[in-house]
Amino acid sequence: MEALESWMPLLTTLGKGALVIAAAVVVSIIFKALLVAVLPGEGAKVMRTAPLTASFGLFIILVYALAGIFAPWIAPYGEAEIVSTSFAPPDENLILGADQLGRDMFSRVIFGARNTVGIALLATSLAFLMGAVAGLIAATRGGWMDQVLGRSADVIMSIPSLIFSLLLLSIFGSSMFVLIIIIAIIYAPRVFRLTRAVAGDVVVMDYIEAARLRGEGLWYLIRKEILPNSKAPLIAEFGLEFCFVFLLIAGLSFLGLGIQPPTADWGSMVRDNATLISFGEITPLIPAAAISLLTVAVNFVVDWMLYRSSGLKE
Amino acid sequence: MTDHLKREMKEALIRDAKTGGMSRRDFLTYSVAAGMSVSAASGLWTSDVSASTPERGGKFRIGVHDANTSDTHDPGTYLSVGQIQLAHTHRSYLTEITPENGLGPDMATEWSASPDAMEWTFKLAENATFHDGRKFMAKDAIASLNHHRGEESTSAAKALLDSVVDIKADGDHTIVMTLNQGFADLPWVMADYHLTMLPANDDGTIDWESGIGAGPYKIVGHEPGIGTELVRHDGWHREGAYFDSIEFIALNDPNARQTALITGDVDSITSVDLKTMALLQRNKNLVVDNVPSGSAITLPMFCDTAPFDNVDVRLALKYAIDRDDLVEKIMFGTATAGDDYHVSPGMPYAPTDIERRPYDPDKAMFHLKKAGLSSLDVSLSAADSVLPGAVDLVVLYSEHAKKAGINIKPVREANDGYWADVWMKKPWVFVKWGARPTPDNMLTLAYKDDAPWNESRWQNARFNELLLQAKAELNDTLRAEMYREMCMLARDDGGTVIPFFANFVYARNKNVAHSDSLSSAWENDGGRSTHRWWFTS
Amino acid sequence: MGDVLGIVAKRLGLGLLTLLIISALIFIAVELLPGDIAQAVLGQGATESNLAAKRAELGLNDPAPVRYLRWLGGAVTGDFGVSLVSSESVTEAITPRFKNTLFLALYAAAIAVPIAIGLGVLVALFRNSLFDRVANVLTLTSISSPEFFLGYILILYFSVNTGWFPSIAKVDPDMGMAERLERTFLPALTLVLVVVAHMMRMTRAAIINLLASPYIEMARLKGTPAWKVIVKHALPNSWAPIINVVALNLAYLITGVVLVEVVFVYPGIGQLLVDSVSKRDFPIVQACCLIFAATFILLNLAADIGSILTNPRLRHPK
Repeated sequence: MEALESWMPLLTTLGKGALVIAAAVVVSIIFKALLVAVLPGEGAKVMRTAPLTASFGLFIILVYALAGIFAPWIAPYGEAEIVSTSFAPPDENLILGADQLGRDMFSRVIFGARNTVGIALLATSLAFLMGAVAGLIAATRGGWMDQVLGRSADVIMSIPSLIFSLLLLSIFGSSMFVLIIIIAIIYAPRVFRLTRAVAGDVVVMDYIEAARLRGEGLWYLIRKEILPNSKAPLIAEFGLEFCFVFLLIAGLSFLGLGIQPPTADWGSMVRDNATLISFGEITPLIPAAAISLLTVAVNFVVDWMLYRSSGLKE
Repeated sequence: MTDHLKREMKEALIRDAKTGGMSRRDFLTYSVAAGMSVSAASGLWTSDVSASTPERGGKFRIGVHDANTSDTHDPGTYLSVGQIQLAHTHRSYLTEITPENGLGPDMATEWSASPDAMEWTFKLAENATFHDGRKFMAKDAIASLNHHRGEESTSAAKALLDSVVDIKADGDHTIVMTLNQGFADLPWVMADYHLTMLPANDDGTIDWESGIGAGPYKIVGHEPGIGTELVRHDGWHREGAYFDSIEFIALNDPNARQTALITGDVDSITSVDLKTMALLQRNKNLVVDNVPSGSAITLPMFCDTAPFDNVDVRLALKYAIDRDDLVEKIMFGTATAGDDYHVSPGMPYAPTDIERRPYDPDKAMFHLKKAGLSSLDVSLSAADSVLPGAVDLVVLYSEHAKKAGINIKPVREANDGYWADVWMKKPWVFVKWGARPTPDNMLTLAYKDDAPWNESRWQNARFNELLLQAKAELNDTLRAEMYREMCMLARDDGGTVIPFFANFVYARNKNVAHSDSLSSAWENDGGRSTHRWWFTS
Repeated sequence: MGDVLGIVAKRLGLGLLTLLIISALIFIAVELLPGDIAQAVLGQGATESNLAAKRAELGLNDPAPVRYLRWLGGAVTGDFGVSLVSSESVTEAITPRFKNTLFLALYAAAIAVPIAIGLGVLVALFRNSLFDRVANVLTLTSISSPEFFLGYILILYFSVNTGWFPSIAKVDPDMGMAERLERTFLPALTLVLVVVAHMMRMTRAAIINLLASPYIEMARLKGTPAWKVIVKHALPNSWAPIINVVALNLAYLITGVVLVEVVFVYPGIGQLLVDSVSKRDFPIVQACCLIFAATFILLNLAADIGSILTNPRLRHPK
């Protein structure tokens, strides 16, 4: 009997989970139909073949983007505004209740979309740009260029990322700008290595050799031959890198170095309220769920793009 | 209600409850009427009424916060909570702060001063031994104190013994200390957590490396930042030490600490996460101890720097802070709102009759006008490494001050280097002070005109005159009057805003009992839970 | 094979060079940290005279390059110096903790790697089925939750609510293997949840990437069953990216577990490193970083050799 009771919270959670999934399926179907109806010719055709997961992903990304862009208009209160008492329970004014200082949780989640997603997106894109370009150059040029880039990447990657960022953030201070640059530097080598490995496999293929013999330039090789053939793993990596950047920011916040208060950020919100979870309170789950939902959505879309680009038609 | 009356009422209450004449609810109602807080009263019920005789036995496991891999046994470097808790367990001091916050004997059995308080004689316990069997002698006491003195000493307690010019043995069990000025508080200073008694080496230095002490328990296993195992030292010179063995476990993550207490992996934890304190209290197997302490938050402004050089600006800022709101929101009620003098209610000679300054935006505006200003823009620096929520506190304060036309700009400083680059460098900053045993100790350290740590650069001739007089005054009544006057000066002229004194909030399993009072010196009964508390069956 | 040995020797040499550069970088970074080393060691309570005495004792009055070279001179002879704070030998302070860190990493890897690759192959085989999607969502959710948060949830279910596993992963050297495995189960499980998704998704992507290749098409046209196509034809050619991602994650298990150590109070090396950074304890920071870097370099070397051995075209560059 006792064993059953101890499982009850898990079972109810699973039950709720099933409800949520059902709702998600309905939303995806409606959203897909909407997109097919709204988008012009080509877009509608593409959407018609899209799986439900992809349309769900697109829907979530759209919602987050809207929340981020229009945060000041959507959120009922300011992100740092104190409107209630500590941990006030949810009521008609505060949909999700209040946090420790009496700030509206709902408003902070909305503003968090702008801050957290904005920073993660900028940092990931920057890391990707730097890493992919360097990797492609290293693979095609080879020689000393390959060596220098490879060694620099080794040096950066060999220092544990948390320690690396801890040192740099302590030296340069925790501003958003510094945070983005540091995260980009930390993650660029991962992208570099992957690009280098994948493109390296492609470079030794016969058709590249043929192009080289034809006298094609470096840029042509990258654009026409290597990139199309390395796209799939790179796209998959983007989705995951995006998660990792989120997690690094959250981890830094856990150690007190991430995005600084009173700026709302999901990572620090999880950390600030994390101890509540031991008492079965759901407050810390809200920002954590916001992180999970977005990464899942991004990766759904990535999967779909991967599938389309892989040329599999089954 | 006077303290005396309260004490009598409390004793009567416990008597009634023990004879069965009162239910737990009655007990709580009457206790609260007697001026105790509810948590203190429920602590009384469990510890005194249900289990009043200490029982021996068991292994007491404590989850300690702030226990680091860099912690050493060198008493000169004691700083972390982990070190302080361990120090009071495997080592002993000349004197101790009692559970009632008085001064009691430990390795010194009695002490006396010359009439000018410039020469002090301490009689040492003759039955005390170190863990390796050596007897505790005068030369050990002298070497232990000398560790913190002299040019080359890096001890953090060096300043405490600055006035000591010589320490001599008078036989094997008496030491005589000569000072260069009268100092009535010297026996209190001897309870400072740095000044622990250790075995002397032949060259007059001390052996701190081996981890040997003369405390109630001896170390059998020690890994810094991980944990320490100890067993009872049979040659301890005092009563108590009810547990057979002790284990300290470093639990720096608040969630890990609380979970360990809930699941029974530890019997006591030294700090409770304030955010979830209310939830923890719902657990019937646990008891939360909420003890006022002398640890103050101070906001010192440079009294020689505009705009803080105007006393009306200082007063305006003192009226513009809603201390009760800060206690409620930042400390979840586990703090005692301050007034702007650095003597906590738990200290000896604390003036209890001064009416606390209220939050009054109109008064603040009045003083601002008097200073010839219609509005005020100032910056207040803080870092969360000083106190979790420090920046939040400044943000709240600035909301309070807005109502008085004062704009306080919260400045978040880097955690690293805060003490080197911000404190004593910027004109208005956030500071947390550890508890000091006496008013003289605290005021000399940070309010005396020429003190290296005069953090508000406050110069007040009368205050400094009184400080010197009180230092050498052996008459308690006269001293109390002097400290009251000093507090009034600091309150109305000084440059330090004191939002509150933080409480120590720790928790234990309900099968762990303690006497009816807890020391305000440190977490877990002044770090002495290991020899004062016991398991009830 | 001679080629491979040559590559190994060359890479080891480069690895040493990398370590040297890292040690210089770390030294500079610790120097650049705001605040003063003596102040950091002694804390808020230190007076000016305390600080001066401490600086002299630690030899901090020498110029920075002299101090670096002094450290380097010791390090090449295997003497990593003593901790600035505790005066304990760096080697003694680090060794037991590093063993714990390795143990936890191997424990987690032994569970995670087979699961990740097995699942990766399975979801590639049943791609776009319900199974694929469910596995996908679950692993993505686990990977996108902060690891301290996963730890808290595991503690809530498996420790507070059910009492099946202890919430504190306290280990000591004389503990039996069974007890040790039980005590460290929750931290290991947390780490498994963190790393499985990445490896699984990479395996899946690498295999699917190859499925459109002409030789796979050919095998399929010959009527080879789907599982055989993947296991026999696609997998052997996907090893390069898979081995790479496994190496990355193994390195992460050793170097990136600070947060899990904090949550489960596990006596590993990460906590020591964070403490030492805040105390500016340069010798310890330096030694920890070099251990991490060396681990990383060796794992990468292994991955690269693995990729070369599994791809004949790379084995004989034209």
